[in-house]
Amino acid sequence: MSNVPAGLRYAKSHEWVKLESDGTATVGITDYAQSALGDITYVQLPKVGATLKAGETFGVVESVKAASDLYAPVAGTVVATNSGLDSAPESLNTAPYDGAWMLKVKLANPADVAALLDADAYQKLLG
Amino acid sequence: MSDLQRTPLRDFHAAHGARLVDFAGWEMPVQYRSILEEHKAVRRAAGLFDVSHMGEVDVRGPEAGRFLNHLVTNDVAKLYPGRVLYSPMCYPTGGVVDDLLVYMRGTDDYFLCINAGNIAKDLAWIRAQAAGFAVTITDRCDDYALLAVQGPRAAEIVQSLTGAKLGLVNYYHFTEGTVAGIHCLISRTGYTGEDGFELYHAAGDAVALAEAILAAGAPRGLELAGLGARDSLRLEAGYPLYGHELTPEISPLTAGLGWTVKLDKGADFIGRDALVAEKQTGAPHKVVFFKTGDRRIVRAETPVLGADGAVVGRVLSGTLTPILNEAIGSALVTTAAATQPLAVDIRGTKLNLHLVKPPFVELKKASS
Repeated sequence: MSNVPAGLRYAKSHEWVKLESDGTATVGITDYAQSALGDITYVQLPKVGATLKAGETFGVVESVKAASDLYAPVAGTVVATNSGLDSAPESLNTAPYDGAWMLKVKLANPADVAALLDADAYQKLLG
Repeated sequence: MSDLQRTPLRDFHAAHGARLVDFAGWEMPVQYRSILEEHKAVRRAAGLFDVSHMGEVDVRGPEAGRFLNHLVTNDVAKLYPGRVLYSPMCYPTGGVVDDLLVYMRGTDDYFLCINAGNIAKDLAWIRAQAAGFAVTITDRCDDYALLAVQGPRAAEIVQSLTGAKLGLVNYYHFTEGTVAGIHCLISRTGYTGEDGFELYHAAGDAVALAEAILAAGAPRGLELAGLGARDSLRLEAGYPLYGHELTPEISPLTAGLGWTVKLDKGADFIGRDALVAEKQTGAPHKVVFFKTGDRRIVRAETPVLGADGAVVGRVLSGTLTPILNEAIGSALVTTAAATQPLAVDIRGTKLNLHLVKPPFVELKKASS
């Protein structure tokens, strides 16, 4: 059973978004995604300042099994990336919702977040 | 996955949290906890692998030894009871039907261990070649289960369960005895590059034996290990996997296994003429092993690029070694290109291949 924390928003492509109090959003991949990938060995993220378009690829997450594209759940500008994932990509397997966040994004349109799935809807998607 | 074959340990794996996948038509555990953690546990202490999908064949009769020396490229005449031999088995073209282990139990009494994905093909091939020899070929695949205990603490763990004197069983030798009260053929062999044992036993005893080994091994650091770790361990040790480094198109000489091809063993064998010719004229391709210094995995079928950017080969196997924390792999490249700089393109990044003579890590196998 995958962990789907309440209070986050989710994309069908298995990224999560957390709206922070300063109006930025934190982005990562879900527990379901890390479990399906298996041992994560490499993460490729955009540079700070990069522009994200919703639904377009922003990076790659690679496991022993396969390499998979990461899709931006929201549009905006990257203001920070988690450099800890360079040396410890395996933390995505153990802490997908906190220590292993991927991006902090200045949202182009803050209303985009509310348009994503809530925890109940994402849980239903997983079945 | 109901149409897949199952080993006697399928429910044991599920109960221990395994992720079960289709491997060569078998429902097998690819991992329990983590491929990388299981890999490290085998190098650090020990791992327990269910490899019951492997095939077993009895070869018996007054011409069993002579037949096997005709069938395989290595020298079966060098065996004595209790000795194990690794060998490719070739087509007349020099391409490989399978690679296997030959066990000599006694005069006229041999036992083969063959790859799961090749069982039907191998049995048909072996039976066809046996025409005219006084031998009996018996399929024993359903009778045996096979557990592998691998790692620096494997001997201590297995010894705690058996009265057999394992100190007297050297690498690539075997004995028969009981482990946890279960009759086993105790073979000091493996596919990880570590010291360890492969325990052939009756299929009905598999769960009891696995439980006993896990109970004795867990306090000594043994972990259940799946086929994912088995593959990364074998690649780190530089061992070929049939279908990757050995195929009907890749001969043992091309694969760098010249030590298993005994052209002068004093017996003609299938593929000898082609292998003599390949040795005389030089193979057009060769299998090389590489590391990249980068964590991005270089996966099978990735094109290998020469100094001028032209494609000079392809990757055969690729993984990440959690011991070195970098990508390693094997590739088939033109012989001319093998002495030149090689590279791959991974999602737009050029990575140079640094050729390595395996093993990639220091191994401490028992002496043979």
